[in-house]
Amino acid sequence: MTTLFTILFDGVAYGMLLFVLACGLAVTLGLMNFVNLAHGAFAMAGGYICAVLVNNQGWPFFSALPLAFVSAAAIGVALERTLYRHLYTRSHLDQVLFTIGLTFMSVAAVDYIMGSSRIFIKLPAALEGQFDFFGVGIGRYRLMIIVICGLLTVALQLILAKTRFGSRLRAAVDDPRAASGLGINVPQVFAFTFAFGCGLAGLGGALSAEILGLDPYFPLKFMIYFLIVVTVGGSSSITGPFLASLLLGIGDVAGKYYVPKMGPFVIYTIMIVILIWRPNGLFGRAAAR
Amino acid sequence: MTAVSDVSSHAIARARWRPAEIAFWVLAASCAFLFPSRYLIMTDILRLALFTLSLDLILGYAGIVSLGHAAFFGVGAYSAGLLALHGIINEPVIALVVAGLVAMVLGFLTSFLVIRGVDLTRLMVTLGIALLLEALAERFSNITGGTDGLQGIEMQPILGLFAFDMFGKTGFFYSLIVLFLLFLLARRIVNSPFGLSLRAIKNNPLRASAIGVPVNRRLIAIYTVAAFYAGIAGALFTQTTALASLDVFSFERSADLMLVLVIGGTGYLYGGLIGAVVFKMLQELFQTITPQYWLFWIGLVLVVMVLIGRERIHRWVLWGPNLIIRQVFGRKAGVAVPESDAP
Repeated sequence: MTTLFTILFDGVAYGMLLFVLACGLAVTLGLMNFVNLAHGAFAMAGGYICAVLVNNQGWPFFSALPLAFVSAAAIGVALERTLYRHLYTRSHLDQVLFTIGLTFMSVAAVDYIMGSSRIFIKLPAALEGQFDFFGVGIGRYRLMIIVICGLLTVALQLILAKTRFGSRLRAAVDDPRAASGLGINVPQVFAFTFAFGCGLAGLGGALSAEILGLDPYFPLKFMIYFLIVVTVGGSSSITGPFLASLLLGIGDVAGKYYVPKMGPFVIYTIMIVILIWRPNGLFGRAAAR
Repeated sequence: MTAVSDVSSHAIARARWRPAEIAFWVLAASCAFLFPSRYLIMTDILRLALFTLSLDLILGYAGIVSLGHAAFFGVGAYSAGLLALHGIINEPVIALVVAGLVAMVLGFLTSFLVIRGVDLTRLMVTLGIALLLEALAERFSNITGGTDGLQGIEMQPILGLFAFDMFGKTGFFYSLIVLFLLFLLARRIVNSPFGLSLRAIKNNPLRASAIGVPVNRRLIAIYTVAAFYAGIAGALFTQTTALASLDVFSFERSADLMLVLVIGGTGYLYGGLIGAVVFKMLQELFQTITPQYWLFWIGLVLVVMVLIGRERIHRWVLWGPNLIIRQVFGRKAGVAVPESDAP
């Protein structure tokens, strides 16, 4: 029984992490209809920046995290303004080719600069080890991830639902032409959202170094996971990808624990079955636009 | 002139062999005598060309974007390897066809998953199937040899007459003949009424179904054929190199394939062949500059190609050959052009 709770706890932490990593993609891919396979590259950028700051510059971990967010967002906005902007109206094939190209470039560039081995971020002593909670082993680091990601999720939901920016974004997504007719600066809204998504990915990348492992092939290894979160979760709200991430996290951890030999087989099978059953995602809108 | 005869005369005109096409194949065959020391790399190009031809059939003609075409390549490669290793079918040509058929069956079964949904779902499902097969091959390492791959494959002589030599001469001619025959078949397919209906589906599926084209059945058919081609390409890989390892399923293989096709241009069959030549030459070039980081340059090529625009690049490249051909053969003649530029 306690193993079950431990798996559940680890799975939730893993799922929350996936959500923070992928929710930027949910916006670009789901809402802006742009296939961005290079999303993992932004996460990797955030992770590596955090690692350099903590390991080489001696920054404390908690002050390096916001910087990982800011720098990934800055890279995101620079690329959006210079390159991505031109591709919004192009075919999906062009978008796929372009973003695969970017991913390859980032992989080789990081390999060149930082070396090909996996890197670790030095954690403060307070985050190491685990404590017992009614017999269930709770890892401190995973608990922190759940807290941070939970807060972020609530904040995102509130921003989307309650603020003026949130309603502008929803309007821009629903009908860009009508929204710009009403005086909403649609490209600006998209650029800001894109940058924010990249920033979240960067934060996720920094947090995930301990759990997922950070090496130059990160964007390729986890690309499929991000895509699963978005396609299975659908794109109509933030709740869909969130639930999908939790499902994926718990499913993956449980699968690795109970049937270790099948490896990632379980996840891929579930994904294909869900996509056949509901091509627009489990929580998606009925009609594809 | 009625609409029907107009369409058919247009189709017949397209299907006619152009001088440039004949020149292309003569050149390809003469490569064997021009560069007798480079059979291995030329065989590599031929295999890649056949594999790309297979992707062109579904992407260029039917508009299905696939990120997991390596699945069929891998199944073909392992089938051919296992057939030869256990001595089930010793004759390479029959083994080649059988391996292609195995991939074809897989293609037929998975086509039902692929035709559902929009571009994004297709991307995910094709990618998922390739990853799934890779995971399976790793799981059943007692059959596939796991990360070490199949070892100790010994190929028997082709048709009992031509043994594979270590310089790859037999392998080269074998691959060239297979590629040429399958190219003829593909050319026949895309210029048939069936091929025309595929173009209609690619341009507008809704309209195609409105004029009575059975969209889903056509897509299943072409996807199955493309799987057969990819399986043959994989089997050729195993037979000419005598190895098959897990990387036949890798994502990089599918992604590289897209790049090859995009370099050559989609929707006129020669794209795969030209793309394979250019890609291999680029690969050689980059690997001599920076052996470890050639992935970066491949990525850069992709990004630049998309930003400039694929059509524009192809127009620039075709400008020279078109000029020469028009001078020699008169106004009407032209080289084969990519789908997007076709009149």
